[in-house]
Amino acid sequence: MELICPAGTPASLEAAVEAGADAVYCGFRDETNARNFPGLNFSREELRKGIAFAHRRGVKVLVAINTFARAGAFGLWQEAIDDAVAAGADALILADLATLDYAHRRHPGQRLHVSVQAGAANPDAIRFYAETFGAQRVVLPRVLNVMEIASIVRETSCETEVFVFGGLCVMEEGRCSLSSYATGQSPNMNGVCSPASHVAYSERDGHIVSTLGGFTINSFGKDEPAGYPTLCKGRFATPKGSGYIFEEPVSLDAALMLPALRDAGVTAFKIEGRQRGRAYIAGVVRSFRKILAAIDEGRSPPAVSLAAMAEGQASTVGAYRKGWR
Amino acid sequence: MQLTLGPVLYHWSPERWRDFYYRVADEAQVDAVVVGEAVCSKRAPFKQDHIPAVVERLEAAGKRVLHSSLILISLPRERRQTRELMQSDEAEVEINDLTCLAGLAPRPFAVGPFVNVYNEAAAGFLAERGATRICLPPELPLPAVAAISAAVPKLAIEVFAFGKVPLAISARCYHARAHKLTKDNCRFVCEKDPDGMPVKTLDGAGFLSVNGVQTLSDSCASLLSDIPALRRAGVASLRLSPQDCDMVAVARLFRDVVDGRIESEEAERLLGEIYPDVPFSNGFLRGMAGHIHAGRGGGSLGALR
Repeated sequence: MELICPAGTPASLEAAVEAGADAVYCGFRDETNARNFPGLNFSREELRKGIAFAHRRGVKVLVAINTFARAGAFGLWQEAIDDAVAAGADALILADLATLDYAHRRHPGQRLHVSVQAGAANPDAIRFYAETFGAQRVVLPRVLNVMEIASIVRETSCETEVFVFGGLCVMEEGRCSLSSYATGQSPNMNGVCSPASHVAYSERDGHIVSTLGGFTINSFGKDEPAGYPTLCKGRFATPKGSGYIFEEPVSLDAALMLPALRDAGVTAFKIEGRQRGRAYIAGVVRSFRKILAAIDEGRSPPAVSLAAMAEGQASTVGAYRKGWR
Repeated sequence: MQLTLGPVLYHWSPERWRDFYYRVADEAQVDAVVVGEAVCSKRAPFKQDHIPAVVERLEAAGKRVLHSSLILISLPRERRQTRELMQSDEAEVEINDLTCLAGLAPRPFAVGPFVNVYNEAAAGFLAERGATRICLPPELPLPAVAAISAAVPKLAIEVFAFGKVPLAISARCYHARAHKLTKDNCRFVCEKDPDGMPVKTLDGAGFLSVNGVQTLSDSCASLLSDIPALRRAGVASLRLSPQDCDMVAVARLFRDVVDGRIESEEAERLLGEIYPDVPFSNGFLRGMAGHIHAGRGGGSLGALR
């Protein structure tokens, strides 16, 4: 079982490698990757150095070029693919038919992973990517339970990678325009969701109100911490009452599900959080390393407290457990 | 420029669903009609029995009929349904997920707005495999529409021109959740909201609509004032997505604007009478936040209601 860790900066890459990652994933500092946040990501030179560093320690580097190419500007995505291959990337993580087709034809030997943003949610879709583009691994969308994952592993020859910790999309990845509806900035086109540039906090009648693109996303009383207004984790009003209509402000923690996911045949466990600092990355990676070591040796996983690191304090195992839907 | 009536995205009662299409067959000035269940596989059995009669009536009226696939396909029965749809000899399918292309023998198909076609290379890839028409994702701005249409001229390009804008799909049913139920035990509560369940902000502003596992906008797309620009961009067809209003009248209005019988400002005023109390939006096409309603040639902000 591989542990795949995020790196938003060269410092985080080094931290993840030293903390025991089997592979690190990262992206270029532009709209070609789905974590296109200010102050994050890698220049060409930084990627070359990062890959060299990781390879010296026997750690792989996976390069995410996983937004959908802008019409009329495909050259930017082609360049990103060419440069990542030239830098020695162990795999490219791609979502767009355009980028998959280009990488497969231009760099036939290159290992390709289907990004979670492709939303490949069943064995037939995965087979399509494997047969058409030679994809060797698929990152599964966070809409599947463990039984469905097991059946995907049984029915396809593609390796599977699943998210086990960090931010949690409750909508199928790659098919969500909620952020661009409110702000004009979307994960698919701009590599951002609920961008900080469109967030505002104000005080109203003793409450802290958070808005995104002018829409109220939440309102917090005096004793509540005012969380970040991620659109799908806001409080809204319906005829059936007000509250967290889509999902509470929780993040994913599937540490307890690791044995079940391993038994399902999953190849790799992925930690979300390229936007997080190196201390977070080192802490989470070390904790998961301990849990995986215990599972490998047949011991029961140690009770490692990851709670302090979870983004929205509370955590969930999301769709992995059947009742979530 | 043609008009296509998209699939009914909401869970209407089987009789209402059937009668809607009968009226469309008899009265609506649309060139193509997409039938079938795109959103939730649990709803499909309700319409199954009516589909043959609906298709026959639409075809007899000279309308091209397309059969929609599901958007999110994960359960075994959903895969089976998809395979049966793709293997059917007669039906022209509008695929809404790439699952449909697995093991597909070469045949023409249409691509719905839920397949991520953001650029000319993806459109060209699908055209090579048999796609003849593509309804582009609603969030695409006009320059992207124009670039795709210019680069792949053999494809008929369609844009989402009327209806609440589909924004997201999930494994979780938010209708069931609002009713304190789960998806497996949903009691089909989504049937209570034939135009979607309104989701407002805590200060009462309209924002989104919930339709089972799907989330749509509160505002209704109206590209009436963009029709000349869409024509210049090479768009071949406008998609009208059924809402709980007189869709025959909506189609007539779009037809009148396309044919130059009526000005777009007047048409949008009339559209507001056909589908009252719902704000219009065209921000996505203008490269702005999707909820914005921009006037002719402009970037003026619409009122946030």
